[in-house]
Amino acid sequence: MTARTLINVPAKAKRGEIIEIKTLIAHPMETGFRVGLNGALIARDIITTFVCRYNGEEIFRADFSPAIAANPFLTFFTVATATGTIEFQWTGDDGFSATESAPITVE
Amino acid sequence: MIGYLFAYLSACRPCESRDPYPVLSQSAAAYESRLCGRHSASKTRVIALMMALAGTTQRFVFSTVVLLTTLPAFATEIPPAERRSDYEFMSAQTRAMQDDDSANPGMLSVLDGEALWNHRDGAADKSCTDCHSDARSSMKGVAARYPAYSPALGRPIDLEARINLCRTEHQKATPLKFESKELLGLTAYLALQSRGTPIDVASDARARPFIAAGRELFNRRMGQINMSCAQCHDDNWGQKLAGAPVPQGHPNGYPLYRLEWQSLGSLQRRLRNCMSGMRAEPYAYGAPENVDLELYLMSRAQGLKMEAPAVRP
Repeated sequence: MTARTLINVPAKAKRGEIIEIKTLIAHPMETGFRVGLNGALIARDIITTFVCRYNGEEIFRADFSPAIAANPFLTFFTVATATGTIEFQWTGDDGFSATESAPITVE
Repeated sequence: MIGYLFAYLSACRPCESRDPYPVLSQSAAAYESRLCGRHSASKTRVIALMMALAGTTQRFVFSTVVLLTTLPAFATEIPPAERRSDYEFMSAQTRAMQDDDSANPGMLSVLDGEALWNHRDGAADKSCTDCHSDARSSMKGVAARYPAYSPALGRPIDLEARINLCRTEHQKATPLKFESKELLGLTAYLALQSRGTPIDVASDARARPFIAAGRELFNRRMGQINMSCAQCHDDNWGQKLAGAPVPQGHPNGYPLYRLEWQSLGSLQRRLRNCMSGMRAEPYAYGAPENVDLELYLMSRAQGLKMEAPAVRP
């Protein structure tokens, strides 16, 4: 099962308008510093990178650290320039990868 | 009227201990009968006591609890007009997180639950949809009526137990474990269908003895700290404990996403959490005592609107 995500991008925007984008993804963000019941260290399992592309062009990137809570929520702003697709990509430990996209109409 | 003051030197909120059975290195026997009464100013006493409590992560940290209290004989239940959802005690930021479905992490579990609702399972190869069709209409308001009396079992069962009964009886599948991703997801998906519905648990003759048992548990002192639920949530709601507001303790948002847990959790998890914080041995998941407490809490919150999946600090 791929990770659950919730994306909030306005369906429509005026050209030049500043729009808010919200992303939420289900992920344990295991720090790698905790020990389990058997005393052994629990391996680190975090999202390391998030990238957002607007019609293929990278507009936002974030590097994650073990201190970030489970189910990371990111919100950021961009300028609505053209009708198209906004793509989101999360990559992390253990080959974790999730992608999501949202359409936007610019008038 | 002199109010009261908790001066905590370390993180020792009764509800917040993560250490299930910490060692109490000094007797707390001096603890007085009732902490405080909101509605009585008849008699004022000063209790000062030193307790050594094992802190959340530090061991043997001394914390001082100073209480200036007024002492009524018994706690009074919150009058219906003063009942407020725990939502109202939260910061604006946490409320905003709950209100926005694209920011509320509980909605991720709802997506899990929705998928499971339509997933065929068990020897009968049936999905929930096969019997109940679309949950958005068939399950509307259902969670607001649970725990509900089960004639077959002769006692009330909560939503989690109801889901597992459906699984074993109709799907011929194995019951889901408490706090598993699957059970939390299904419960969250069902509870969401009652969002905005006022709590309406039955208080008929069949349910009454169990509500009474739950009320008795709510008022019973327990654990090494020798506290009852009522001492915080009936007597001292709206006051501060270690800087955080003491809410009324209503169950209208469960299952809910707790930022401290970094996950969704059931009402039973919350109850067990409070009990271990009071240094009491928590009742096992699914134990009748937990269900009685759940039922009493729901009847105590009768009329409050459901807001699951809620977000709490």
